[in-house]
Amino acid sequence: MNAKISTKSLDTELNPALSRRAFVQALGAGILITVTDGLVLAQRGERGGSMPVTARIHLNEDGTITAMSGKVEEGQGARAQLSQAAAEELRVPANRIRLIMADTDLVPDDGITAGSRTTPGNVPPMRQAAATARELLTQLAAKQWQVDAATLEVRDGAITNKATQQKLTYADLAKSKDVAEAFSKSIRSDVTVAAVNEWKVLGSPVPRPNSRDLVAGAHQFPSDIVRPNMLYGKILRPPSYGATLESIDLTAAKAMEDVMVVQDGQFVGFAAPSSWRATEAMEAAAKTASWKTVSHPSSKNIHSYLKEHAETGRGRPSVRGSIEKGLADAAKTLSETYTLAYIQHTPMEPRAAVAEWNDGKLTVWAGCDGPYRARGDLARLFNMPAERVHVIIPDMGGGFGGKHSAEAAEEAARLAKATGWPVSVRWTRAEEFTWAYCRPAAVIECKGGLDAKGSLVAWDFTNINAGGSAIDTPYNIPNTRIASVGSDSPVKQGSYRCLAATGNNFARESFMDELAAAAGADPLDFRLAHLENPRIRAVLEAAAKHFNWAERRKKVTPELGVGLACGTEKNSVVAACVEVGIDRKGGEIKVREVCETFECGPIQNPGNLLSQVQGCIVMGLGGALFEEIQFEDGKILNAGFAGYRVPRFSDVPRIDVHLINKTDIPSAGGGETPIIALAPAISNAIFAATGVRIRSMPMRGEALKQA
Amino acid sequence: MDVTVTMVVNGVERTVTTDPQRPLLDVLREELHLTGTKYGCGEGRCGACTVLMDGKRTLACVTPVSLADKKAITTIEGLAKGDALHPAQEAFLEEGAMQCGYCTSGMILSTVALLKENANPTDEQIVAGMNGNICRCNGYVKIVNAVRRAAEKMRR
Repeated sequence: MNAKISTKSLDTELNPALSRRAFVQALGAGILITVTDGLVLAQRGERGGSMPVTARIHLNEDGTITAMSGKVEEGQGARAQLSQAAAEELRVPANRIRLIMADTDLVPDDGITAGSRTTPGNVPPMRQAAATARELLTQLAAKQWQVDAATLEVRDGAITNKATQQKLTYADLAKSKDVAEAFSKSIRSDVTVAAVNEWKVLGSPVPRPNSRDLVAGAHQFPSDIVRPNMLYGKILRPPSYGATLESIDLTAAKAMEDVMVVQDGQFVGFAAPSSWRATEAMEAAAKTASWKTVSHPSSKNIHSYLKEHAETGRGRPSVRGSIEKGLADAAKTLSETYTLAYIQHTPMEPRAAVAEWNDGKLTVWAGCDGPYRARGDLARLFNMPAERVHVIIPDMGGGFGGKHSAEAAEEAARLAKATGWPVSVRWTRAEEFTWAYCRPAAVIECKGGLDAKGSLVAWDFTNINAGGSAIDTPYNIPNTRIASVGSDSPVKQGSYRCLAATGNNFARESFMDELAAAAGADPLDFRLAHLENPRIRAVLEAAAKHFNWAERRKKVTPELGVGLACGTEKNSVVAACVEVGIDRKGGEIKVREVCETFECGPIQNPGNLLSQVQGCIVMGLGGALFEEIQFEDGKILNAGFAGYRVPRFSDVPRIDVHLINKTDIPSAGGGETPIIALAPAISNAIFAATGVRIRSMPMRGEALKQA
Repeated sequence: MDVTVTMVVNGVERTVTTDPQRPLLDVLREELHLTGTKYGCGEGRCGACTVLMDGKRTLACVTPVSLADKKAITTIEGLAKGDALHPAQEAFLEEGAMQCGYCTSGMILSTVALLKENANPTDEQIVAGMNGNICRCNGYVKIVNAVRRAAEKMRR
């Protein structure tokens, strides 16, 4: 890699990708540090180390500081948190940081935004960059005053020499040429960062920096981007999964005023000055299309389909002791199968992108999780160097793991290339339901064995199709066999908030409850008797205490059940106690109260973490009780909010969240794991009230009528 | 056949000649470049496209633009007076009642409409009044708090 870093003033050289105005808008007036394409871009932010400070921190003459991150803001709170990280180490309030996110011409490649990785993977490098910058600035001041840097104090964006009362602000230093040179030095991974007990900005409920724009309707989401002379694009979709276009007559669409039609094999798109017009053209053409369809299974028998198509050999199980012997020696054994439906993420903003070509360079504004991944995908699609693709992810309208792919960006770019104009493609809700990937359905087979004293001695657990997240049991069991087995999913599937941990925890924690009942033990006592992990024990005991578990457990009636569950994933721990109201005749299940305890190490932003936990609980209610993608003959039967119910205000139970601030370990992310305890706690509460065990997600009340 | 529709949008008279069946949402966003009103479902079931038409809550995605002729439309962009936010906007800001913020415009306009009908709603009335608006991120708790706070502010 021969890339060079050049440090120039704004007036003498501009990044060729940007107009001066764009750059000033992006970074603010001050020293412009251009980083030659290829260096920063080739470096993965999470690896930290060798990246120059300039790649992350830019000092502005007005005293503000620009920080740069490759992460995407989609409502999870990364913008506030990464701003706090930079502010903490530069010792300024968070509102002095202007954070640029997810712009491949300006920020490092920090990977895709997923897996609760921002907190453990991206906050530390941001803090190291800011701390290195602070040290370099302190050294510059020390040099200027000819004193030892260690004698200087850094506070509120200024460096002070107490002995002489001399003071230099960051704004003063921003004007110095030495800063540019200093900031070309590498970020030090061994730099001293603030200890948790010294935090002033981290640890506080800093609001989302651009929230005023959100309440004013001024923020531009990907679907709001408008470019001069932009057209709106629509793509012809197959009538069912796997259908291929055999013929189409585009004459009528082409004859429509202001409509441009693009066909390239199976890709047929329409662009027009309004989305209404583009849709009219698409509908006119669709009437003439002839499709070859393929057979496709129904959601009604999807679980037997997944089982029949499971990988042979049952994957590579992780084994402890001997499951055969454990089950054979057990005084009592249970064997049950749990299932999960496919569900959709349904972020409020469906996929959207604008693409624009200029002089062979492609610029795309898109709603997706991976700016650099999208850049690579687009470069491959058009067989061009990645350096000629510029991807910008404006803060977008939700994702929940569902926007790793950038289909709309590719579609917009194809239409823009063929028509010669910028094109906006915004998926409809029906398209998002039908063509975005789903959370996998699953079949989870569980066997358990108890000895004569009621202790768990055998545990056999196999997840077919959904994956291995949180599949290991945290319980102390001498004989276990645990496997994640792939299958041939007939539906496009992918990530979802906390991946398979929700399904695995649903099956495990429900089955634990079944075993507790078989052992004649209280569900809390049974878990604690098998649980060593002190963090899980702490959240479970705290949730039980806040909920008043012991007393409320005694008061269970056929109409009112309580249940609990716990779990761990992504280095965080959660426990939930719920109260569920049951109307057996009406087949209704109403979650009345959720008491959840969550711990993910030192809390970096308590306000945002509370929102994330509340959001997980309510999103989790949907998957637990009503959400299910239904399909038949390759068609989604409920591709809209009419047929696919998501939680609304009226579904929200009394929610009591307790966040444990554990300060002696590193912080973990908190946007996913709080979702995993809810469904099993509900399942256990239904069982406590009715004696009926519903082993499928969603848990439908009709099951209570039939039982 | 196209029709000419004249509306007063956020206090300004606007005239658009277009297909009468075209959704008001598309006209606001694509012709008038008021992108604060969002598309969420296209079937009037999520509330992201909520605007006020002659003061009444209206779902712009299922309202043909011809029905907006000679009407006064208020979108999220029209709530603030200069730099001064509307109390409902302030309340959402102060409660941190948004995560991704995509549903926020519709939530705020539904709040304004709800409080116009009932200046002092109970929690049950807030839930009933806001139930047409979907949020996928934040669990609704902070939004209910924001509606309560907006009500307090507007009663002052």
